[in-house]
Amino acid sequence: VSTETVVPGTDHGAISAQPDRAPLLTTVQMAEFVSRGFLRFDALIPESLNNVAAKELADPSNRLGRRYPHASRLDTLFGEYPGIRGVLDAPAVQGILGSLVGPSPIYDHHAVHKRAPGAGSQHLHGDAIIDLRAGFDIQLMYYPEEVSPAAGGTLLVPGSHLRRINERDIGRYQNLAGQVALACPAGTVVIVHHGIWHCGRRNGTDRDRYMFKLRLGARGPQHRLWDTSDLADPGARQQVQQLLSESQPWYEHGTARLEQLQRAALWRHLTGDQTFQVEFWLGRLENQAQPRLNDLLP
Amino acid sequence: MTYTSTVLADESTGDARQQILILYLANSSLSSEVVGWSFFDGASRDDAHTGDSPDAPFATGVDALRAGWLLLSASPLLPPPLGAEYSTSVQKFEFIFQRLIPIEVQATGEVSR
Repeated sequence: VSTETVVPGTDHGAISAQPDRAPLLTTVQMAEFVSRGFLRFDALIPESLNNVAAKELADPSNRLGRRYPHASRLDTLFGEYPGIRGVLDAPAVQGILGSLVGPSPIYDHHAVHKRAPGAGSQHLHGDAIIDLRAGFDIQLMYYPEEVSPAAGGTLLVPGSHLRRINERDIGRYQNLAGQVALACPAGTVVIVHHGIWHCGRRNGTDRDRYMFKLRLGARGPQHRLWDTSDLADPGARQQVQQLLSESQPWYEHGTARLEQLQRAALWRHLTGDQTFQVEFWLGRLENQAQPRLNDLLP
Repeated sequence: MTYTSTVLADESTGDARQQILILYLANSSLSSEVVGWSFFDGASRDDAHTGDSPDAPFATGVDALRAGWLLLSASPLLPPPLGAEYSTSVQKFEFIFQRLIPIEVQATGEVSR
């Protein structure tokens, strides 16, 4: 397997050169990702590819779980595994990845997650450590087989991705209102922001449950990487506002407003539109921003 | 697991084990809505699993009191640190309740309710 390593930090180059091959996300889909921290694509991968990939994930004799060097070029990896490689090469997947982290993302790591029959749940967690960046990594979660409600699919907490926590510190939280206990058809792909709170649930079936996870980072600025042709469309703008002002059932009353503030700041970062507002939270703070009262105190 | 029993242990009649219910509320008032919940049962051999109880056990913190749960602790009200006023993190309004469950400790060491 070629594992050519490149130095991260170079620019994306011409992002829009590939739209015919890889359908990019829409502005509304990007707003959904910014608001909820994940995008779900049910049965995105065809059955023929799922069957190949499922065998690769379940085969104890292969080395699919072995990690490649960090910052490897994604297009040089997984050549020994035509199922997984096929998933990553699928135009729809290419478009999703390109929209979020650019067409040549940084390979971070991958893992084959298996939950055996009777296996208990993980503790709720965020992956990696506290991450204060506005830019984000993504994690692709691919389910080659159907996940029934009892099979212990991934638990996702919508809108948790911007909260500053460190890994399993939140393991005390068992249930949060609005949590998504993923049950999905074969071939489903879920893309999550690196900060999303999640865990594997208890597998109450008599079958192993597999999930392929891949973390990717952006090699350059995540500026308008998606299909921005609808950015000024009135209907899209309205939906963007609705999504970015959306509360979640598990939010505290006051914190919900801070989430809106953070989403607005992130949307500015991604679009470059420094006038963008959600509920005018940023606008109020920016009006006569200096001096701060605290700075005038002795 | 049952959250709503009002039976409390009479410690004078036998041994008891703690059940811990943690409620996360929408603001600092016990009468605000439950937005998150966890349950740890010292009277059972079964572990609770993350994400397995989609329905809130009570609508508010006060409802838990009315069902016989005893409040052990509540998150203090702390001002946000300077420089971190707008960032968000863990649940701010955590209320920890307990209930004592009478048990019989058998000669085998088995614990039963």
